[in-house]
Amino acid sequence: MLTLENVSVSYGAIEALTDINLEVGAGEVVTLIGANGAGKTTTLRTITSLLNPRIGRVMFEGKQISGIPAHKLVPMGIAMSPEGRGVFANLTVRENLEMGAYIRSDKKGIAADMERGFRMFPRLKERESQKAGTLSGGEQQMVAMARSLMSRPRLLLLDEPSLGLAPLVVHTIFEAIDEIRAEGTTILLVEQNANAALHHSDRAYVLESGRIVMQGDSRELANDPRVKEAYLGE
Amino acid sequence: MSSWVKNLIVGIVIVAVLYVVNAMLSSSGFFGLGVDDYQGRLLAFIAINIILATSLNLINGFTGQFSIGHAGFMAVGAYSSAYFTVNYGKALESSFAFMGEIGAASVVLLIAIVIGALVAALAGLIVGIPSLRLKGDYLAIVTLGFAEIIRIVILNIDAVGGATGYQVPGYANFLWIGIFAVITVVVIHNIVKSDTGRALISIREDELAAEAMGVNTTRYKVTSFVIGSAFAGIAGVLFAHYNKFLSTNDFQFIRSFEIIIMIVIGGMGSMTGAILGAIVVTLLPEILRQLPGIQIGDSVFQVADLRLVIFALILILTMILRPQGILGTREFGLSWLKRPRKDSEGDEGDATDKGVPIAQQSEAKKMQSEEDKK
Repeated sequence: MLTLENVSVSYGAIEALTDINLEVGAGEVVTLIGANGAGKTTTLRTITSLLNPRIGRVMFEGKQISGIPAHKLVPMGIAMSPEGRGVFANLTVRENLEMGAYIRSDKKGIAADMERGFRMFPRLKERESQKAGTLSGGEQQMVAMARSLMSRPRLLLLDEPSLGLAPLVVHTIFEAIDEIRAEGTTILLVEQNANAALHHSDRAYVLESGRIVMQGDSRELANDPRVKEAYLGE
Repeated sequence: MSSWVKNLIVGIVIVAVLYVVNAMLSSSGFFGLGVDDYQGRLLAFIAINIILATSLNLINGFTGQFSIGHAGFMAVGAYSSAYFTVNYGKALESSFAFMGEIGAASVVLLIAIVIGALVAALAGLIVGIPSLRLKGDYLAIVTLGFAEIIRIVILNIDAVGGATGYQVPGYANFLWIGIFAVITVVVIHNIVKSDTGRALISIREDELAAEAMGVNTTRYKVTSFVIGSAFAGIAGVLFAHYNKFLSTNDFQFIRSFEIIIMIVIGGMGSMTGAILGAIVVTLLPEILRQLPGIQIGDSVFQVADLRLVIFALILILTMILRPQGILGTREFGLSWLKRPRKDSEGDEGDATDKGVPIAQQSEAKKMQSEEDKK
């Protein structure tokens, strides 16, 4: 579904990503883990064309998408929940979700998807007409995720959904990821919380200083001694 | 449908009120109730400033693009339309003579308004496309720079009077200015409430997230800038044909700042706030002008001489006491009379208790009140 072929990205003279080859198949949950500054966000930014690869290309369903502006990717079926949540603070929860369906015009479908979002995160239903900026970090993350689903994406890009959240909320977020997967949406999950990410994904890539150093089945990687030592703290 | 009818009725009522006020302002007066020129001019300038403030509010308050060059686009509208009326106004008036004196003058003014709006919109497009790639302070500096460039270019065009100023026929009266103020408010209100408006607000809230929702942020930023500039142009046309004289001094950067002050005082991102700001900023210096003198020993100290100092102090105090403006992002309306103001809807909450769940706040309050009972 999504393929990165030999992608290298530089910020000026500094190379941030070197020769990245990454594949996300339809229906999969693939996670990209790595420490701070490993290039996780850079990879997502390259996929959404906020950055352009110096070498290589990004393909989505057989079409090259590197160079296509981010807003045109939404109608193609890619949605992104940005790092730091990026909720529209002065809009209500409902208005935030409506913005998620910005490219759609089928009112019935939008209403149905909004109900689905509220079912997935009942907390948001309670907060429906509250301004998103007044919500807690976890609730804002729920808004960001529910919002990104409103465009009915085939591929969902999640940038550090558990960043800065309490363990209990992290649990809720990962349960939601399982639920989204069960509904058939493909997910590329970028995470620092390697433990949770590996337990809620099919395959994983480990990024270190802009290179993919390990890849494979998430369960196997979770048991790999090198991963355990470097990322799981065991 | 029903809300549409309601809006139409409100519009007709406002125009009727404007007609009566206009008749009162005219020299003969309406049933002998003449308002003197000074108050009439003040009302007209309030209406012009409402056009300027609401249109700048679309760019600054709703789209979140900090532009401080609004006077430049006002100047473009004023001078382009004035050039048209000075050179072709009389000829057009005679060819529309069959509509009577007032009708012909109105046609000329309407054409002048279309010209002013279009030329100002074009200027907005030319300035907007390159400069809206910038953000925050940089955008502010560039728009300020462009406004000054526009002013200085006009200053050096002899065909519009250059440094000696430009005599313009007085086609505009209070009725026209009022009608266009109403049109501006209605149009911008509808834009803000539409899907386009939601896209603009999402850009203000988080540009990256807006882009991720599929909003073409560049296009919408330029659109809002062009619409704002067009209305600034209309304000310029009305100003030119009401004031009957144009000088580039009227469009210095201090004019742009005045418009900024209106929306900051009234509340960025509030339609009614911008209108209130326009009224306050236009009236306040005039009210302060009437302050009484104080007898100190033999001499009389005129407090009114300090009016600009007092004005500045009032602005500073407003910003200290209500940094989000008088109304913040709220709207003033009849609903204020119906329901008590609720804390949870306040916009000031954003700054102080960011990230605190409301449930916890109300729980805390509940606990406190229970403690109070004990």
